[in-house]
Amino acid sequence: MLFLRQVLTITAKDLRSELRTKEALNASLAFALVILLLFSFAFDANPEMMREISGGLLWLAFAFAGALILNRSFARELVNDCLDALISSPVPGAALFLGKVLANYVLLLGIEVVCLPIFGVFYNVRWAQQPLWLALVLILATWGVCVVGTIFSALTVNLRLRELMLPMLVYPMLIPCLMAAMMLTTPLLAGQPIEGDLFAWLRLLVGFDIIFTSLAVVLIDTVLIG
Amino acid sequence: MKALAVEGVWKFYGDYAALREVSFEIEPGQCTALLGRNGAGKTTLIRILAGLSRPSRGVVKVFDTDFQNRTTRNRIGILGHGIAIYDELSAYENLRLFASLYGLEKPDSAANHWLERTGLDRVKDSLVREFSRGMRQRLAVARAFLHNPQMLLLDEPFTALDDRAIALLQNLLRDALSEGRTVLMSTHQLREALELATHVVLINRGKLAHRGVRTQEMLDDPGYLYRTYGEA
Repeated sequence: MLFLRQVLTITAKDLRSELRTKEALNASLAFALVILLLFSFAFDANPEMMREISGGLLWLAFAFAGALILNRSFARELVNDCLDALISSPVPGAALFLGKVLANYVLLLGIEVVCLPIFGVFYNVRWAQQPLWLALVLILATWGVCVVGTIFSALTVNLRLRELMLPMLVYPMLIPCLMAAMMLTTPLLAGQPIEGDLFAWLRLLVGFDIIFTSLAVVLIDTVLIG
Repeated sequence: MKALAVEGVWKFYGDYAALREVSFEIEPGQCTALLGRNGAGKTTLIRILAGLSRPSRGVVKVFDTDFQNRTTRNRIGILGHGIAIYDELSAYENLRLFASLYGLEKPDSAANHWLERTGLDRVKDSLVREFSRGMRQRLAVARAFLHNPQMLLLDEPFTALDDRAIALLQNLLRDALSEGRTVLMSTHQLREALELATHVVLINRGKLAHRGVRTQEMLDDPGYLYRTYGEA
């Protein structure tokens, strides 16, 4: 019970801080919208092409925007040495980590929810044809992005070039998660439900989340203290 | 039961030994000044005791338990170089946050009590980023004492404090000592530290150079310790 309370306290603290400063939120949302806008100029948005690239486009925008949120996750603790106070407190590393993942998750999901209708307008896509399946894919893939991004945010927090290092480390690790998300999102945006072979991608997404969440929870103390 | 037992602690950064077989013990209720020149290894040792770094070799026990134990951490209050408070939260929210993280039963009343005790109750809802330096320092002191720790680890506690914050911290430390709590503080400000200290530990280039009772001689002439046991 105390563990859960500590997780939620960290989440609430991160969300409150972010909503007051809006540092990561504004940058991330603006970045996602700019990517979507630029891609809309780059591609001839005929229905056939959109059917093929929509999932990829959307997840590239989400992944790039997510990096900005994830970068701030542990970096905001460096001001006034707040990270030291958290590590030396009785809060388990796992609670600290999961609290931060949850805060990043809420922020990134929020950005995705804002971007989806704008994506629909820019690319003339009826994105809400399979809302439940699409929500499931967003929920699973965003969790994967946040778990991997948050652990690497902790790993790179003391690096001078962390803004550069985080995406360089995170994106290769996220390939299975993003591949699965793209493969699932593309047919969903075309109005097809998840069936047949697509379930293999869904299983991959679930497996990715379970494996990386477990690994991160086990490794976080080593990452934070050494 | 020892409040703190440091046994043969080494700390390496690459090939460089920042601490070399440091061993000492602190009894409950003692106030120990951890002294040494710049680079002697004081902060490295405090960071290990605070659980922010692991010793390369050796054992550290706090109240006879593993110092990394999360329950043990509940009994330690830390005031480090940084003030460790959030600029974008209010004074009350900061203390409420740490009271929750330390698992206090009544985080609200604990936060309010310490805001009052440090004279910040009138500005409790103001964001810390609007605070003066002195107010921020007092809030940091409140955070360290918030959960009534049985041991206080203070790293250069008087550095950069204004007069009011120094007086506040000294009073709180005196109260803590009279209640039987244990204090270990690393500092360069010998006079302030030695006034409170009952014992001293001197580290020289990562090695324990002296440990013992603080004497009147040290108080009269703070340079005596370094001349006698440290580098000239």
